[in-house]
Amino acid sequence: MRIDVLAALAAVSTSLLAIAPAFADDAPQPASSGSVIDQGMSMFDDGKLLATGGVSDLEGAGGGGLATWALTTGYGTRDGVGLDGHFTYIALPDYSLWTEGVAVGLWDRVELSYAHLTFDTEKVGAALGLGKDFEFDQDVVGAKVKIVGDAIYDQDSWLPQIAVGAQYKSTDHVDILHAVGAKSGDGTDFYVAATKLFLEESLLVDVTLRETKANQFGILGFGGDKNDSYSSEFEGSAAYLFSRDFALGGEFRTKPDNLGIAKENDAWDVFAAYFINKHVSVTLAYLNLGNIVIKDNQQGAYLSLQVGL
Amino acid sequence: MLRKLALAAVAALTISASSALADDALFHDLGGRDGIATIVDDATANFLADPRIKATFDNTNMDRFKTNLTDQLCVVAGGPCVYKGQSMHDAHKGLHLTNADFNALVEDLQAGMDKVGVSFATQNRLLARLAPMNRDVVTK
Repeated sequence: MRIDVLAALAAVSTSLLAIAPAFADDAPQPASSGSVIDQGMSMFDDGKLLATGGVSDLEGAGGGGLATWALTTGYGTRDGVGLDGHFTYIALPDYSLWTEGVAVGLWDRVELSYAHLTFDTEKVGAALGLGKDFEFDQDVVGAKVKIVGDAIYDQDSWLPQIAVGAQYKSTDHVDILHAVGAKSGDGTDFYVAATKLFLEESLLVDVTLRETKANQFGILGFGGDKNDSYSSEFEGSAAYLFSRDFALGGEFRTKPDNLGIAKENDAWDVFAAYFINKHVSVTLAYLNLGNIVIKDNQQGAYLSLQVGL
Repeated sequence: MLRKLALAAVAALTISASSALADDALFHDLGGRDGIATIVDDATANFLADPRIKATFDNTNMDRFKTNLTDQLCVVAGGPCVYKGQSMHDAHKGLHLTNADFNALVEDLQAGMDKVGVSFATQNRLLARLAPMNRDVVTK
C-alpha cells in the first residue's frame, strides 16, 4: 500500500515538475476582453506575491502543515480568486496518512476547502483484529473568513491578519469509533487564526486557537469516554523566509485527550517549503504525532505537493 | 543619586546615538544614494517591460520619475535625501491601480534589487517600509 502511494505521488510530482517550467516564466497577460473563457481565466489574477497564500495543511485549509493560518489560500488578490489542490503523504513508523483536497480562495477574503484523509493502520490493524491495512477515511469541509488586518501590507502595525473558520469532519467506521470510546463519527471544529508576516525580520508567525472534540484530528472520531465536551487547543507556526521561494519553519499543535484507551499527545513538526512558482509548491517536514492508539513515538516524514491556478 | 542620574543620562544618550546610527543602516546596506539609483534604473526598466503595469507609465516623464523614486527610497531607507515629488495618494489618484498591480511593481523592484545583489533580508527591510503605501497606491 505504502509503496503504491509513494509511486503514485512520485509520478504525479514528476509530471507536475515537468509542467512547472512551462508555467514558470509565463508573465501574466493583461485581462483580455475576448472570449468568455479568457474573461473567466482572468479571475485567476495570480496577483499575490509568491508564498503569501501559504500551503495546504493536513485538513485542507490554507496554512502550514499542522496549523491553519489566517491567510486565504491561493494567489487571487481582493479582485480575484485562487484555486489549488494538494496531495500529502505522511509515513509514520506504524501508520501512514494520505490526504488530498481542493481549496478556493475568493477575493482574498473567503476560503472554502475540501479534503479527504485516509489513515492506514498497516500492521496495527491486524493486531487490533481489524485486518492489515484497515483504513479510516475522513472528509473535511472547511470555510474561513478574514475578519481584519492584512498579514503582508500592514507592516506599520502590530495587528495581524485575523480569520475565523469552521471545519466539519466526518469519519467512517462509526461502529469501530464507538468501540474505541469515541462518542461520534463527525464533528465541527471552530477556530480563530492570527497570522503576521514580520517582513523586516523575514519571519512569518501564526497563532491559532481551535475549539474541537476531534480525536487524532477526527480520524478516531469525536468526543470520548474520558471527555465529550469541546477543548480549547492551540496551534502555531513560525517560518523564516530564506528567499522568495524557500522557507524553513516549525509548528506545534495541542490536541484533546478524550479517549480512555490511549493518551493523545501534542504534535510538532519542522518543515521546509519550496515555492517553485505560483502554481507548484512542495513541503517536506519531519512530523511527530506522538502516541496513536497502541503505538508511541509516531514520527516520520511528511511530503506535500500543492498545485494551483 | 546624582551619579545614577548621570549614568542614566549617558545610557539614554548612548541608546539614542545607536538608534540614530541604526536609522540609516538600511540606506547604507542599499549602497547609499548611488546604490539606490542603480536599483531604480533596473527596476524602472522592469516596470516598462512588464505587460501587467507598463501602460501605467504612458504619461510619465521617466527621468523625473526615476529621480523622485530614488529620492523617495533614499528617504524611506533613512538616507539624507529630500523627496520633492507628490504624496503617494496624489501621485496614484485616478490610476485605478489594483493590488495585483502593486504586487507586480514589488516583484519588478525585487528583481531590480536581485540584479544589484541586495540580499533578500535587506530587500525585505525596505519592502516592510513600502508595504503600507499599498493603502494610498491601490485605489481600485
